[in-house]
Amino acid sequence: MKQLDDIAGVFAYLSLLTVGGGMAAFPELKTLTVDTYHWVTFPELLHFYSLGQLAPGPNMMMVASIGAVVAGIPGALVALVAFFLPTGLLTLAVGRLWTHLAAWRWRPSVEMGMGSVSVGLVLAGAFIMGRGALFNWLYVAMALVVFFLLLRGRINPAYPIVACGVIGILAHWLDIARTA
Amino acid sequence: MSDPASVPAAPAPSLGRIFWVFLVMGATSLGGGVVGYLCTGLVVRQRWVDDATFVDLLSISQTLPGLNATNMAILVGDRLRGARGALLAILGMCLPSAILMTAAAFAYSLGGDDPWSKAFLHGIAAGAVGLVLVVMVQLGSKVLKTPADYVFALATAAAVALFGVKVPYALVAASAVAVWWHRPRNRRKP
Repeated sequence: MKQLDDIAGVFAYLSLLTVGGGMAAFPELKTLTVDTYHWVTFPELLHFYSLGQLAPGPNMMMVASIGAVVAGIPGALVALVAFFLPTGLLTLAVGRLWTHLAAWRWRPSVEMGMGSVSVGLVLAGAFIMGRGALFNWLYVAMALVVFFLLLRGRINPAYPIVACGVIGILAHWLDIARTA
Repeated sequence: MSDPASVPAAPAPSLGRIFWVFLVMGATSLGGGVVGYLCTGLVVRQRWVDDATFVDLLSISQTLPGLNATNMAILVGDRLRGARGALLAILGMCLPSAILMTAAAFAYSLGGDDPWSKAFLHGIAAGAVGLVLVVMVQLGSKVLKTPADYVFALATAAAVALFGVKVPYALVAASAVAVWWHRPRNRRKP
């Protein structure tokens, strides 16, 4: 029971930080699930996050994975409800209000101000993720190649990311990148 | 600017139809970029919202906490069929990947320690960093308009990633400054 309470508390809190996208909450996600509660290791967190990028649908469904690791199916359910209910109610309420605020003088101020801050939070999340995921030159190169491929073309991100996984296997086979 | 009174021309779809359409999008929007799938599905195919409304709702989704995809599901579902429409839209959106990612956790507990699967997962994690950077650049190209915006973004990022400021403090403090900077003015800045 204590564990389910912890899961609910952690993911409800994290959900409120996801301004501009799930990545904005990544620094706190890492601190809480890895350092504070020891539910997963940092590599495990990165693995679940990356698998979540390959899955269809919203890109933070890996919260279900962490819930399941800690407390099975009930853990997954609690993590999902905690992660989506508070922000969901907020969005429902503000969404109704916001359309009435179309002429509110502060509305563009809030959108512009929050916009730049959310980019900063996503950048911080990417930086912390990169510190854990980019072990050496090979992994930095893979991240850069994926970045430029996706920036230039309209290809499905799943292809280059899976290709990186295959390169990871090859590197292990050839023993280029001893990692752990 | 969208007019709140402008409703879609077609009659509002049934709750079951809302659930089904979002379920299909939740199951088929492979490889990120779920906003693109939403635009195709909701604006082009179903004609549930028009272009201007979609952009308007997207800016609300990005400003509020919560994921863009689920916030969009809630906002569109609510416009179509009220709170119950919103609930069924987000349930449909999340159900497929919730099942997949829960299954992934169990698969991971069986095979995650295998060095070959670890090597694969290390590889996709590196690729995912590239994806996150692209998402950031795309978001940035939309919202970073003045040099001050870049300063706010970089200062927020540095505070969190380099100086260990907790996200909620950085979020509240930086937002307060940035929103105040963009406060409504009667005169345009020179």
